[in-house]
Amino acid sequence: MNAARAPFIGRSVERKEDYRFLTGAGQYTDDITLPHQSYACFLRSPHAHAQIRSIDTAAARAAPGVLAVFTGKDLAGIGGLPCGWLIKSTDGSPMKEPKHPVLAEGTVRYAGEQVALVVAETRAQAKAAAGLIEVDYEALPVVSDTESASSSKTAVHREAPDNLCYTWAIGDAGAVDAAFKKAAHVTRLTLVNNRLIPNAIEPRAANAAYTRADDSYTLYVTSQNPHVERLLMTAFVLGLPEHKVRVVAPDVGGGFGSKIFLYAEETALVWASRRVGRPIKWTAERSESFLTDAHGRDHVTTAELALDGEGRFVALRAHTTANLGAYLSTFASCVPTILYATLLAGQYTTPLIYCEVKAVFTNTAPVDAYRGAGRPEASYLIERLVERAAHELRIDPVELRRRNFIHKFPYTTPVALTYDTGDYPATLEHAVEIADVAGYAARKQASAGKGLLRGLGYSCYIEACGIAPSNIAGALGARAGLFEAGEVRVHPTGKVTVFTGSHSHGQGHETTFSQVVADKLGISIEDIDIQHGDTGKVLFGMGTYGSRSLAVGGTAILKAVDKVIAKGKKIAAHLLEASDADVEFEHGEFRVAGTDRKKSFAEVALTAYVPHNYPLDKLEPGLNENAFYDPPNFTFPAGTYVCEVEVDPQTGAVRIDRFSASDDFGNVINPMIVEGQVHGGLAQGIGQALLEGCRYSEEGQLLTGSFVDYAMPRADDLPHFNVELARGTPCTHNPLGVKGCGEAGAIGSPAAVINAILDALAPLGVSDLDMPATPYRVWEAIRSAKR
Amino acid sequence: MGVPIQLNVNGTKVTAEVDADTLLSTFLREHLRLTGTHVGCDTASCGACTVHLQGRAIKSCNVLVAQVQGQDITTIEGITPSDGSLHPMQAAFRACHGLQCGFCTPGMVMSAIDLVLHGPHATEAEVREGLEGNLCRCTGYQNIVKAVLTAARTMDAGRQSA
Repeated sequence: MNAARAPFIGRSVERKEDYRFLTGAGQYTDDITLPHQSYACFLRSPHAHAQIRSIDTAAARAAPGVLAVFTGKDLAGIGGLPCGWLIKSTDGSPMKEPKHPVLAEGTVRYAGEQVALVVAETRAQAKAAAGLIEVDYEALPVVSDTESASSSKTAVHREAPDNLCYTWAIGDAGAVDAAFKKAAHVTRLTLVNNRLIPNAIEPRAANAAYTRADDSYTLYVTSQNPHVERLLMTAFVLGLPEHKVRVVAPDVGGGFGSKIFLYAEETALVWASRRVGRPIKWTAERSESFLTDAHGRDHVTTAELALDGEGRFVALRAHTTANLGAYLSTFASCVPTILYATLLAGQYTTPLIYCEVKAVFTNTAPVDAYRGAGRPEASYLIERLVERAAHELRIDPVELRRRNFIHKFPYTTPVALTYDTGDYPATLEHAVEIADVAGYAARKQASAGKGLLRGLGYSCYIEACGIAPSNIAGALGARAGLFEAGEVRVHPTGKVTVFTGSHSHGQGHETTFSQVVADKLGISIEDIDIQHGDTGKVLFGMGTYGSRSLAVGGTAILKAVDKVIAKGKKIAAHLLEASDADVEFEHGEFRVAGTDRKKSFAEVALTAYVPHNYPLDKLEPGLNENAFYDPPNFTFPAGTYVCEVEVDPQTGAVRIDRFSASDDFGNVINPMIVEGQVHGGLAQGIGQALLEGCRYSEEGQLLTGSFVDYAMPRADDLPHFNVELARGTPCTHNPLGVKGCGEAGAIGSPAAVINAILDALAPLGVSDLDMPATPYRVWEAIRSAKR
Repeated sequence: MGVPIQLNVNGTKVTAEVDADTLLSTFLREHLRLTGTHVGCDTASCGACTVHLQGRAIKSCNVLVAQVQGQDITTIEGITPSDGSLHPMQAAFRACHGLQCGFCTPGMVMSAIDLVLHGPHATEAEVREGLEGNLCRCTGYQNIVKAVLTAARTMDAGRQSA
């Protein structure tokens, strides 16, 4: 139950947002129907690569209920969808940025690419009319494979004949090579980080309306960052005045990264809404989500770890090919570079690291950030290597990790990051304890008695959250700021509305942010309302991604709260006839220090709006403050995951018997919400490890295009998670001491699962396995090891 | 060609004329504006559209409204008390943090109520199996399972004291 009084921070307060979600009163984009609503359907390419010879829309235009049909020719004057991060190749040249058209212009480059937009009175009419459009395609050869894309004779874009968007590297290659030559032992792996489809349960949707009266636009859209969406759409694509476009991201049914990006559909709808003169709604069918939501991961890597005679890591080397798909999505370029290779030190003191990344175009859907975005790929690489090295050297994997942990903070890695704080031995010990590793041998024996192979796997992950600061990110190619904005509006009665640029689509910001503000102002969380997701209400925002909301967005709110308190002290000082410096604020009361003379927060708020007894000569009325916060550094959550599996050697079936997680997220505002975030991340990471894998045919057809073909984790696929938050090391550079918890589960868990399976299969001679470890793959690995 | 239909939705008699191919989910959302019933897929795989037909959970995206002539439909709006309180299953989801983005939630709650009413003493494994038809991408199911087991106890106690 929610006690109405402070302190709220640190308590598992029930969520304020839950009533509307539980009762069906949530307002998701598709729930919003506007007066004179019309509906859109996009005709999509059935080919992965083809020239469009001609498009005949006559029959569609004449079909019942059709209001308009648009093709790429109609939109030819507008810009392409921009990419928000410029990566430079090792030779200094900028990445290749072929145009990413809103509607295909002459060529289609992946199956599902949008070719035409039909607007009609009803969804059914729009869909039926789209089926009447005749497109004459000339099929072209297809490149769909990540690894061979750069040696293919087929080019996705003329601008990139070798399909290379860039070849980027970090680290001192010469020094790393020299260290490898001198190493006592080298562990090598080839790793595939399987391509994933995000599959938020709410499909993407948009509803765009044009208002002739003031020449303005309103867009409702499934977005994690409506201000960024508006900026990119107006300034880079449509050339519309930013202040005449309002973007609203109402309740959003999960994002996981896939709703960060500016997509073609909402852009086309905004453009078309003025031409049609009616609001236009589009909601993706799930098959469209599979085809066109930006996918995640898709790396092929050779990774090597060099160790000295004492089992100390002396160097790490990685060569990665990352598939970007057919076009550069909004943040695609920074995911396999800045968000990946900079994490390759993990929790270890490895002094020399080199990573080279070839990013390739293929005739597949764009690939961009998905829960973890680069960091799961880094964590998987490191933790697979470390566990393999331990097996090869016959050193206990826990001991090998201990030997190489970073102990002193701040610690600057050889790949550019400076970790501010952490206690890696502590989370490891904690995880070993809660996982009951001591009882493992007995459990292994019991499994053997049932004819099953039991295995134990570890993963010690690190993550970097709240990418920052803006100036350094800018120097590294970011084309956007990385701050967050907040506004605290105190009403005359002392009730408070907080406006935040962070967006909540499951994270529970309305509760967590309320807890923070309630404690700071000494009021109840019931007296606080959190508003987000509307450019018409919130002053600015960079949105929610990369586990940044509390560390960055929460801090911006806190800074605004500090300004409210500072002004409140001046008002109280006037009322109490004291000097400003003598007024203290605590537990919702302004008090003259060392006296019982005080004014409540609500009294001060009322005075600010009814300024009869008020220092009008030196202070403005009102109590409303805003703040921007640009963090000085990332935050660095870390932890250890321990997975125990049972493998049936007859069938290859893997069952996770135990999964334990110890996470250091620094200070925690709401443990219930934080643990829930870990659960969700674990489900996605375990999904990647055991079930999920996006597959294209050689012809570029998506083979896993529905929930029937793409294995999503269901309730009975997952174990009970044993999640315990570690005694955290507070972040040193934000006032809340918080780090970020949204992605940890997805980052740390895949390696733990695969390491556990490989441990189980080690007696059979199996030493390598790719994700997803389906029964067939495991069975095949066992069979080929026997041969 | 319109098809005349008549059914009971959340205890209210509804008559309408619809296209023959109108899905029950479409009818609920777009004709009756009962937008608590969500649509998350096109293969009857995700369960976000789950409602009760004659007291049993069904996927409303997989049924034509014309197929349920004269029958009783209950949606998430229909199980919600009008006094601002919550059904025991809804209350358990809130207490156990069994929801995050909320999109799968109405369907999940409707499935869970059916599950508990027809198997009040289900084990954790049985609850997990019973929720197989409902996808959630946020919670990892752990707190959903906890909520269902919790509600099973409160609903059972409610029945016994009634």
